[in-house]
Amino acid sequence: MRYSAFSLLAQALTGNRFAKPAWREPEPKPHYDVIIVGGGGHGLASAYYLAKEHGITNVAVLEKDHIGSGNVGRNTTIIRSNYLLEENNPFYEKSLQLWEGLEQDFNFNAMVSQRGVLMLCHSDGQRDAYARRGNAMRLHGVDAELLDRQGVREMVPYLDFDNARFPIYGGLLQRRGGTVRHDAVAWGYARGADSRGVDVIQNCEVKGIRIEHGIVKGVETSRGFIGCNKLGLAAAGHSSHVAKMAGLSLPIESHVLQAFVSEGIKPMIDNVVIFGVGHFYVSQSDKGGLVFGGDLDAYNSYARRGNLPMVEHVMEAGVSMIPALGRVRVLRAWGGIMDMTMDGSPIIGKTHIPNLYLNAGWCYGGFKATPASGFCFAHTIARDQPHELNAAFRLDRFRRGYPIDEAGRGATPNLH
Amino acid sequence: MLLPCPYCGPRSSEEFTYLGDASVKRPSPKAAFEKWHEFVHERRNPMGLIREFWQHTGGCRAWLVCERNTVTHEVFNMVPARSATPPGKVKA
Ligand SMILES: Cc1cc2nc3c(=O)[nH]c(=O)nc-3n(C[C@H](O)[C@H](O)[C@H](O)COP(=O)(O)OP(=O)(O)OC[C@H]3O[C@@H](n4cnc5c(N)ncnc54)[C@H](O)[C@@H]3O)c2cc1C
Ligand SMILES: [Zn+2]
Repeated sequence: MRYSAFSLLAQALTGNRFAKPAWREPEPKPHYDVIIVGGGGHGLASAYYLAKEHGITNVAVLEKDHIGSGNVGRNTTIIRSNYLLEENNPFYEKSLQLWEGLEQDFNFNAMVSQRGVLMLCHSDGQRDAYARRGNAMRLHGVDAELLDRQGVREMVPYLDFDNARFPIYGGLLQRRGGTVRHDAVAWGYARGADSRGVDVIQNCEVKGIRIEHGIVKGVETSRGFIGCNKLGLAAAGHSSHVAKMAGLSLPIESHVLQAFVSEGIKPMIDNVVIFGVGHFYVSQSDKGGLVFGGDLDAYNSYARRGNLPMVEHVMEAGVSMIPALGRVRVLRAWGGIMDMTMDGSPIIGKTHIPNLYLNAGWCYGGFKATPASGFCFAHTIARDQPHELNAAFRLDRFRRGYPIDEAGRGATPNLH
Repeated sequence: MLLPCPYCGPRSSEEFTYLGDASVKRPSPKAAFEKWHEFVHERRNPMGLIREFWQHTGGCRAWLVCERNTVTHEVFNMVPARSATPPGKVKA
């Protein structure tokens, strides 16, 4: 069924009695053309674009839990394309453009809200770095504005402008950035893929990858063996674990990132605001809760919960930026597992096994990348060669000496 | 998370700085390129038991090796790095 204002009204007037589930719950078939491991945003988007852009519909997405239980439903929902490097910028800009048309495209309300993303600077050096970044963005045709102190004050008057240690000098604004309702992204892609014939199979954990004569034959799962012609891995925080099943050793460490939401308050924060020291980012959800987060806990972890020192650090950074937050009560905190790469940039591409494809290494910026990642991964799988937008994101870039290190921090996953 | 520093006793993890997997072994300068690539980039990233380097930067500043479970955050022991089994000898 196509969702529209009319369908909404019809459902409302008939008490939802004729509402149908948004996707099927199919039994796994013995064999698929393509299997995607991981029903997060990237896996579901990949299946959607395989069906929509390439007409490949005999596809299964295997998810060990329920869809949306991973990072796609745990992130702080920020989307933006304010990247510096030429390998990154066009890719993330494509993603932002796909976000702009996504709801019409997959006929689902994902609450895409281009409310603007403002990154604050607190020193001359940081302002210069933001000017450089803004210029790099504009050279790629991406919107960027450098605000001075007064410009920031007009937009977000509640900040602590004269903080003794971190006074606010200005900020880099991307007006087209914003937030998206994260669960709806998983649901919208799942529904869109399902309606084109893709099997979204939940509660199906991949436990092994069967390889014969150097070719993937299929996967061993908690629901038995499932064969495939091509296999795509999109397991985010569990990428190392799944890739190991095919004998791959990845340039990735798994780390935990925490996020928080406060009680609902009256509208206060209209945009996404990012503190330039200590790392703190905040937006306000439509329910009124402040959604915010900070840095990684910084030690290897597969536990979806973090520790108190980072909670304290995030709260300190938040109150330094917006003193009024001191009065707000935190409702919930949670964590997700990040696949941190050695250069802070993702991997979308082929592997040494001809019919095995890898989508991994999203660090903590993978939500905004969801549409472009699915788009490029589908292209790579369908055509057996990368799209020009993900050509630089190849796995062998580390061996070949072409890292994409946006932060310039070297092979230190927990610092990216 | 409390980490049991062998010199200072159990202390909060915020006093420590993390370096990462202690099973990674630095190759000899003459080693093949491939060995250097593995050393700099590839990680086992284990789900479960890990041996890892921490420095007690907010305390005695000693370099330490900790055994910890990455799924439960359970900490089993922490010893001075110099007396830990050298990386090459560890069966992980
Ligand atoms: C707290 C937090 C805040 C974040 N904030 C932002 C943000 O503001 N902006 C942004 O751009 N990014 C953000 N991110 C990052 C972003 O959420 C991730 O990079 C992105 O969601 C990862 O891709 P995914 O959606 O496919 O991952 P996931 O949703 O984690 O999907 C991977 C799926 O694979 C499944 N899986 C794993 N192993 C197996 C197996 N063996 N068999 C079957 N299935 C398996 C998992 O269950 C999971 O559902 C944040 C992340 C966290 C945790
Ligand atoms: Zn000590």
